Amino acid sequence: MLEVKGLSTSFYQDEVEVKAVNDVSLSVASGESLGVVGESGSGKSTLALSLLRLIYPPGKIVSGEVLFDGQDLLKLSEPEMIKVRGARISMIFQDPFTSLNPVFTVGYQIAEAIALHQGANRKQAWSKAVEMLETVRIPHPALRIRDYPHQFSGGMRQRVMIAMALACRPEILIADEPTTALDVTIQAEILKLLKDLQKELKLSIIYITHNFGIVKQMCERAVVMHLGKVVEEGRIQEIMDNPREAYTKSLIDSLKVLNDRS
Amino acid sequence: MRKMTNNKLQMTNVGIFIILIMVVAAIFAPMIAPYDPSEIVEDNTLAPSIKHLFGTDDLGRDIFSRALYGARISLTVGLVAVTIAVLIGTLFGAIAGYYGGLVDSAIMRSVDVMLAFPSIFLILAIQVMLTPNIYNVMIVIGLTSWMGVARLVRGEFLRIRELQYVEAARAIGASDLRIIFRHILPNAMAPIIVAGTLGMAGAILTESALSFLGLGVQPPMPSWGNMLMDSQAYMRDAPWMAIIPGILILLAVLSLYFVGEGLRERLDVRG
Repeated sequence: MLEVKGLSTSFYQDEVEVKAVNDVSLSVASGESLGVVGESGSGKSTLALSLLRLIYPPGKIVSGEVLFDGQDLLKLSEPEMIKVRGARISMIFQDPFTSLNPVFTVGYQIAEAIALHQGANRKQAWSKAVEMLETVRIPHPALRIRDYPHQFSGGMRQRVMIAMALACRPEILIADEPTTALDVTIQAEILKLLKDLQKELKLSIIYITHNFGIVKQMCERAVVMHLGKVVEEGRIQEIMDNPREAYTKSLIDSLKVLNDRS
Repeated sequence: MRKMTNNKLQMTNVGIFIILIMVVAAIFAPMIAPYDPSEIVEDNTLAPSIKHLFGTDDLGRDIFSRALYGARISLTVGLVAVTIAVLIGTLFGAIAGYYGGLVDSAIMRSVDVMLAFPSIFLILAIQVMLTPNIYNVMIVIGLTSWMGVARLVRGEFLRIRELQYVEAARAIGASDLRIIFRHILPNAMAPIIVAGTLGMAGAILTESALSFLGLGVQPPMPSWGNMLMDSQAYMRDAPWMAIIPGILILLAVLSLYFVGEGLRERLDVRG
């Protein structure tokens, strides 16, 4: 359903070009979840933002195609792209503490996403927002919807983010390290929620992380990124059993070290 | 929210109290004022007495009544001028801070040019060309005092636009305009409110200075500034003519500064 061909995104500073994403190709089928694994600075977040065309100066998408249902997103005009963001492809972010606007209630923020794309009136959007809070398993949704972000814990905020991102029933969700800022028990809950929602809503998920353990749990397939390039691609089990690249092996080994210690 | 020191809290409360009294006095001036502000009611330059609380001026008009109506003018000019300045400054600052790059440079360099003029001379020059009346005073003060707000708002936008909730708003398909006004601006309100309050004090001072020089609010309409102007020749014989409007201007400006500083602490605004 989503096919990325030869995508390159660069940042320019003082005339020097830094290739954050370099000739990356990958594909995600409908209902599938794909892991994108790599260390900090490997270009995985830039890749995610490039898919939604959220790259701003000094960054620039240099070349490539992002084919979504056969249409190249990079060729759409900005108003057309706005209709894709949130409605058909959505994204959740790493830090749930800063990704909600502190001056609005969570209900307002979820309803906004709905109103933006479905032209629903305030009341319809609001009741749909309540539904979404229920979908992401927040207790007492009708009450909590009037609360402000600071009244929620980190895990709950990430659930609100998920509700916001999924409010318009997108086909693809890009999850950029959604559990990195959370502690391990909350992490497990959020991962389970994402997995359940994926089945319920027939969602494709692009799961960006540095943690092979999470990818193994969440995804069937994965690509490994290093210095902006895809260095390895395949079924997660095969990659983990038999990594071809030394870099992949070191990522997997780092996980083992952690496991052995704990 | 930070806790204010007792002393500062008291100053702020005193400021709010004085401003409130002035606002109420201004609104209800026709009911409170014992005389018509531009009518000659008595002998000239009478000292303050029970009959004329603040005395009478060189033409025999009641200064208390004139001060009440003057409050209307001075406070209105301050409020309208600062509103104009805040609107313009916010708009330019928001655009400069949000879009950055060339747009930012163009706007901020214009701000630098505007700031390079000593504003009182700029205002005087413009006022000489226009007919000096109360509307022109408000507009001219507004048009020459938005630069500080623009800088402030630009700074806030530069900071806030990098925050993740702005990126999240983009990711759900919010347009630039929506992000600027619905998502970033409400988060930048605190420093704007503080700057507006302090700016109003400045605008009142500027209006007084202009009226004092005869290029602001025109007689017989009373403003604190032109009441001061009227007093010039009578400093020795009727010092209350100068002292009363002088103290009122001082009180209004000082109170607004106290309120502004209090808000700054309360809203946790730096700088």
